Amino acid sequence: MSESENLKTVVLNDEHVKLGGRMVPFSGYSLPVQYPTGIIAEHKWTREHAGLFDVSHMGPSLLMLAEKSGDPQRDHETIAGLVEPLVTGDIRGLKPGQMRYTLLLNEEGGTVDDLMIERPQSGGFGGALYIIVNAGTKEGDWARIEAAAAGRARLMRADTGGLLALQGPEAAAVAESLIPGIGDLGFMTGGSFKWNGTDLIVTRSGYTGEDGFEILVDAKFAPALWNALLADPRVKPIGLGARDSLRLEAGLPLYGHDLDDTVSPIEAGLNFAVSKRRREARDFPGATRILSEMTGNIGRIRVGLFVEGAPAREDAPIYDQHGVGIGRVTSGGFSPTLSRAIALGFVNPQHAAPGTQLKVEVRGKLQAATVTPLPFVQHRYVRKAP
Amino acid sequence: MTTKFTEDHEYIRVDGKNGVVGITNYAQDQLGDIVFVELPSVGQKLKKGDEAAVVESVKAASEIYSPASGTVIEVNLGLTSEPGLINSSPDADGWIFKLSLDNHGELDSLMDDAAYAKHTA
Repeated sequence: MSESENLKTVVLNDEHVKLGGRMVPFSGYSLPVQYPTGIIAEHKWTREHAGLFDVSHMGPSLLMLAEKSGDPQRDHETIAGLVEPLVTGDIRGLKPGQMRYTLLLNEEGGTVDDLMIERPQSGGFGGALYIIVNAGTKEGDWARIEAAAAGRARLMRADTGGLLALQGPEAAAVAESLIPGIGDLGFMTGGSFKWNGTDLIVTRSGYTGEDGFEILVDAKFAPALWNALLADPRVKPIGLGARDSLRLEAGLPLYGHDLDDTVSPIEAGLNFAVSKRRREARDFPGATRILSEMTGNIGRIRVGLFVEGAPAREDAPIYDQHGVGIGRVTSGGFSPTLSRAIALGFVNPQHAAPGTQLKVEVRGKLQAATVTPLPFVQHRYVRKAP
Repeated sequence: MTTKFTEDHEYIRVDGKNGVVGITNYAQDQLGDIVFVELPSVGQKLKKGDEAAVVESVKAASEIYSPASGTVIEVNLGLTSEPGLINSSPDADGWIFKLSLDNHGELDSLMDDAAYAKHTA
């Protein structure tokens, strides 16, 4: 009980309770794991229509230059220069409105967090970055960013409002009907919009593999926006359970499970997150290790597995055909779309080729598993020419 | 025919010297969508409290303990292709295994309907 007494609540807590959400502790917050229809129905609804997720526990924030020159490009380069030493991505090269998935690394090249960084459209936001980090790591991430900024930029946390994710093939039509113009955004871009007199910070992004939006809204307006979206018959509320099964099918790593401070971006198969300019400049944490791993000098790599029979969960050992231990599952479960068990895990590179036959141990028994290309279910992002 | 309940939310419906074991409606609701069931083997001998089966929801695996000692005489193979029967019909089509009971007296320590209703209130 003491654990639940210390839980924080999100601004939409009353809405979840009204909807019959089953509230569970997650990253220090009380959040709905599912609503009465259940995880499989919620999962399928998101893949076919539009699912509405409360991700207000996450860590949206704005990093703003303390002293601006007034030249938006110069101010962007200055603030990018403060953040780039911490991450693998080309932040300087972001165009106004463009967002990038990147990784916060320690000096050993291990992953401290995976995060999104957007360069806002200019307007009042010249010399600012919109940074969204994970719930479980936000305090540490923000402290790290503030330390690196050393007073030259101010970090404003924005995690006391509502952060809503609308995901699925009907998300764009629903969002456009409520917030005109939002559909002009392409995947991994963002902008500011007005809704009922309040400002929304919107990005076309998400973590389900579907098209969709993440919308930051002031706490006062969050319940009204949540309910306005839910009033559309194409939208249903989706809990943490389906959020996890959707991201697993999309082959996306979950921090604290598939990523931790020992795992490098290359081991995690996130080579794309190490931007070309940064690779050439070798100017990110752990560059020596990471560039060496990119040439093939690597001990483990993240793979997808089709598992026969019972789901193999986190920490299930992985063996080769001869029974030699070669790794472990880092997240696994049941795929509602494919109606079978799927898993992510790390194995040594000789066993990472798609089609490789392996074994996983579930409750003391060995089950067949096959290395499978990721994602398990194809992404359906809506990209637009810049 | 009487039905008895464990604190872990298994039921055993006793008819003569045999019992049908499953999980209660309360338990299936708590677990959510069941996606996989690991059944015991026919002929397997179980002591009261032994792990007899595993049901897996989307989120997690849960052990099912035998409410009584005995020998497994039948398992519900329908759950192999349709594990969701446990959700849709926990008391009937979603039964898990049948047991030939060693000792009727063991059932006395289990809860009856009224006690179980109180337990889950």
